Amino acid sequence: MNADKVLDAKGLACPMPIVKTKKEIEKMESGQVIEIHATDKGAKSDLSAWAKSGGHELLQDTEEDGVFKFWIKKA
Amino acid sequence: MAITELTAKEVTKKVINKEDLFILDVRNEGDFNDWKIEGDKVQHLNVPYFDLIDGVEGILDKLPEDKEILVVCAKEGSSVFVAEMLDEAGVDAAYLKGGMKSWSEHLEPVKVGDLKDGGEMYQFVRIGKGCLSYMVVSNGEAAIVDATRMTDVYTGFADELGVKITHVFDTHLHADHISGGRIIAEETGAKYWLPPKDAGEVTFEYNALEDANDVKIGNTTINIHPLYSPGHTIGSTSFVIDEKYLLSGDILFIDSIGRPDLAGLAEDWVGDLRETLYNRYRELSDELVVLPAHFMIMDELNDDGTVAAKLGDLFAENHGLNIEDEEEFRKMVTENLPPQPHAYQEIRETNMGKINPDEEKQREMEIGPNRCAVR
Repeated sequence: MNADKVLDAKGLACPMPIVKTKKEIEKMESGQVIEIHATDKGAKSDLSAWAKSGGHELLQDTEEDGVFKFWIKKA
Repeated sequence: MAITELTAKEVTKKVINKEDLFILDVRNEGDFNDWKIEGDKVQHLNVPYFDLIDGVEGILDKLPEDKEILVVCAKEGSSVFVAEMLDEAGVDAAYLKGGMKSWSEHLEPVKVGDLKDGGEMYQFVRIGKGCLSYMVVSNGEAAIVDATRMTDVYTGFADELGVKITHVFDTHLHADHISGGRIIAEETGAKYWLPPKDAGEVTFEYNALEDANDVKIGNTTINIHPLYSPGHTIGSTSFVIDEKYLLSGDILFIDSIGRPDLAGLAEDWVGDLRETLYNRYRELSDELVVLPAHFMIMDELNDDGTVAAKLGDLFAENHGLNIEDEEEFRKMVTENLPPQPHAYQEIRETNMGKINPDEEKQREMEIGPNRCAVR
């Protein structure tokens, strides 16, 4: 999946993956997609809950070798 | 000002002593609704940390001024983050050290009472998850029943008392938490006992726990008498200890009864459950003090933090022991079931020795409430 921005949040614990995602998404245009890589297990449910509360769309998420990847489309 | 740290042990004391506590839980709504810190005088406000990244101004008027505020999250990081922002806004706040992870793992040892000839009965209250385990101590020796995976708590406690652990029991093959029984036995050289009917698939050696296979510890007068009491699992076994205590495992709780479906056979085992609760337990003395392997709600805790009640009182007050009609009973325990515990199949396989997840994985498998009962 194509992303306009890739954010590496691997090795970061809560709340940093979301703090960084929020900062990046604020710089983006509506409709653009950010791809986030994280290793914190809590990131999965938190990112989807966060996206939902901000009206953003979680397009896809994967897990491979302990790395979670998320694609979120800015509202 | 600075933010303060509260440990799970300190929060446990507050819950048991029924102290006022205001919890700002900053986990996401789903996790909060599934499982949280509960207590008589505990109030909650759930606002996910990701709604507070830009500041805490929006929630300041929802925080009490006269109560201690504790910020709680899954592991700690986000609660520190929020507590620091509250501090900057002029609000005193503490955070829970280690978050819900440490809440899930904390064990509080509480003395239940004395045994004949100087022995003692201790209950280990895993307050965050509602699991109860036991240590019976007599004359320099100890037996442990239904140990959790936090094995160093038991071995450390035995060291402090200066007693040697000689027998370790599981009342059944657990589905809600990972047993520490086998590891304690390996570390201390104690004998590990399991009911053989639950152990059909286990991959390790164990001693077969069967009816009337009495075990004595320390003084010969401390008698641990197994009583076959199926229903939660086919092998579920209770213990009558020192003719005073009934360790009821996951068969009978203070305000509820065991569920028969976690090994997948509710329809088959409901008859066993009925037989155990309505016949076998009826033959025991009403004076026995019931010590279950779980509690579900804080109301089940006594003022001293123990979870215990006389069998006679449970026959009078526990709804699950007072359903005359067999068909109605069958319906209640097969149709009225709460969701099954998180990862219960994997937990069973771990307890059989079939899989060996690392500590982080074990922790994650156990997150959440225990849900072993029907009410």
